[in-house]
Amino acid sequence: MLRIEGLTAEIDGKQILQGIDLEIPDGELHAIMGPNGSGKSTLSYVLSGRDGYEITGGSVTFNGLDLLAMEPEQRAASGLFLAFQYPVELPGVGNANFLRTALNAVRRHRGEPEVDAMQFLKLARARMKVLNMPDDMLKRNVNVGFSGGEKKKLEALQAVLLTPRFALFDEIDTGVDVDALKIITRFLKKHLPKETTLVFITHSTRLLSIIKPQEVLVIKDGRLVKTGTGALAKKIEEKGFESIK
Amino acid sequence: MASKKKNLAFNDYQYGFSMPEHSVHKTASGLSRAVVEEISQVKKEAPWMRDFRLRSFAIFEKKPMPSFGADLSGINFADITYYLKATDTQSQTWEDLPKEIKETYDRIGVPEAEKKFLAGVSAQYESEVVYESINRELDRLGVIFCDMDTAVKKYPELVKEYFGKLIPPQDNKFAALNSAVWSGGSFVYIPKGVKVALPLQAYFRINSEAFGQFERTLIIADEGSSVHYSEGCTAPVYRRASLHSAVVEIFVKKNAHVRYTTVQNWSKNIYNLVTKRARAEENAVMEWIDCNLGSHVTMKYPAVYLAGRGARGEVLSIAYAGAGQHQDAGAKMVHLASDTTSRVISKSISKDGGITSYRGLVHVASGAKNARASVVCDALLLDDISRSDTYPTMNIKEESAELTHEATVEKIGEEKLFYLQSRGIKKEDAEGMLVNGFIDPVAKEIPLEYSIELSRLISMEMKGSIG
Repeated sequence: MLRIEGLTAEIDGKQILQGIDLEIPDGELHAIMGPNGSGKSTLSYVLSGRDGYEITGGSVTFNGLDLLAMEPEQRAASGLFLAFQYPVELPGVGNANFLRTALNAVRRHRGEPEVDAMQFLKLARARMKVLNMPDDMLKRNVNVGFSGGEKKKLEALQAVLLTPRFALFDEIDTGVDVDALKIITRFLKKHLPKETTLVFITHSTRLLSIIKPQEVLVIKDGRLVKTGTGALAKKIEEKGFESIK
Repeated sequence: MASKKKNLAFNDYQYGFSMPEHSVHKTASGLSRAVVEEISQVKKEAPWMRDFRLRSFAIFEKKPMPSFGADLSGINFADITYYLKATDTQSQTWEDLPKEIKETYDRIGVPEAEKKFLAGVSAQYESEVVYESINRELDRLGVIFCDMDTAVKKYPELVKEYFGKLIPPQDNKFAALNSAVWSGGSFVYIPKGVKVALPLQAYFRINSEAFGQFERTLIIADEGSSVHYSEGCTAPVYRRASLHSAVVEIFVKKNAHVRYTTVQNWSKNIYNLVTKRARAEENAVMEWIDCNLGSHVTMKYPAVYLAGRGARGEVLSIAYAGAGQHQDAGAKMVHLASDTTSRVISKSISKDGGITSYRGLVHVASGAKNARASVVCDALLLDDISRSDTYPTMNIKEESAELTHEATVEKIGEEKLFYLQSRGIKKEDAEGMLVNGFIDPVAKEIPLEYSIELSRLISMEMKGSIG
């Protein structure tokens, strides 16, 4: 259960989140929508603990834990995963090394046994096949020279390997063609544990034709202004975010 | 920004141990003509080498200290022992080695490496090569790989032809010093057309307080031959200054290929002043892979004289400077013939107030047509108190020359760090991954057992800083 109460946050002295209140029960699939600049990405960075974002008020509890008091790596260890909108390139850092290190870091936190190189390769390759990712991806460096679609696939692969309890996908459809998007969403639905809470942040309704959220949350000007179901999404598609008050 | 700094050198330095001295012959400390004569006498050298040493000593006395580079005021020439011989005879196998020396090498991992894929090892302990193992394959190929002292005795004509020809004693004060008191080092001769598949390696260490080390290496790769020579070293920690001044001369003949890899990790009180130069003839390839992690001060500028048409030279280097360290390193590429190419990639990292300086020269002589040279120097500054400088010099006398020079300075990207942390990776581990990623273009050229050690050392250094 993720509970956000009265969350306000600013960056560079500018207040972006004006008081977010929301609750997402375990295992559900939600969509967070809003126009550009509404604070959706800010919310995801604040939840994952990025430097530079100052919390000026409110609280976030994640499975009873005070999320805002935890370091980014601790939040990941406790089961939070954020798939970035624009995944950064890591020159010289190999994908295999990165993925295995992350996987073992999370496993270590959970008291699970770590995987060796061979076990990791087996695990990774099986997943990569479903995503239509070529084997040599592991030899490349993280996101270096990756197309938009390849980057989003790598984010999805990480989500599945790290088996998070709560996975937040920031604009997973950006820079991805419709076929790749279908492959990715199908992959996530099939290979993430059933209990994983899934939240998709998006400003377009295109994604919602592929995934059916249990609830749609609309953020505008740093506040949660409306919640609804597929009908709400349809209204946004037809009339835009201005029509939502 | 105040943070509790862990002095890695004195608390955690895993190679910071020393063996009790067990020397057979040791000169009085300080340098004089008498000391130079004594060294030559103890080695039972032929007159030509003794005379060479004495001439060099005279030059050393007259030569001024370098007018550029790091601060060398801490060197006290009078306070150093210039010669130390640990055992009387050289051993053929590891089992024959005296116990103390074997223990030292066990602890820095030489036997394991030996088992794996060494072709032959020439190891040095306190100025003298005490272990030498040349396997039958090298003998069969006609390859000569022995210590320099033996070479002077066994192959005088060959040595005389090349010794001191590329780096004469007049070159600089420390070349003159080395020429006067050199001891140990490797001699390698590869016959025409012979390609040595496995890397030749040499290990050495300084193990005496206020002791200087002056090895001399000479490599001759005859036409069409190829060889990879690598050296890596560790040393214990001492309070008094220790001087290391080596000279390496390499002759790469027509169509030959030499790669020389160094991973240097001297303890952080050592002055490491090295002159390394190669001469590449027609279509020859010379590659210097230079990795400077340790020492208090290093001054080293591997050079390639591209003397034959179509010759190619490369210097790929990594420098790491932590607290109290200054790595003043770079490369010299001298294009003397047409259609020659050179490439320099320098990756430096500064932390805890360390200083890295890239000092490079690209020279294209008149008549050296269609020369192509590229220099890339990237610096990573890990905090606000560290420093990196770049001193590139280009002397271009030919219009047909094509040159590129790129220099970047960066710090670890916050976004990159956050990406790794958000995947559960601790901050210091993430920093280690990113720093290793930064040096990767050069590190991947280093032989595997070094690059693994290098990667571990970088990760250790990153963790050592967290207060």
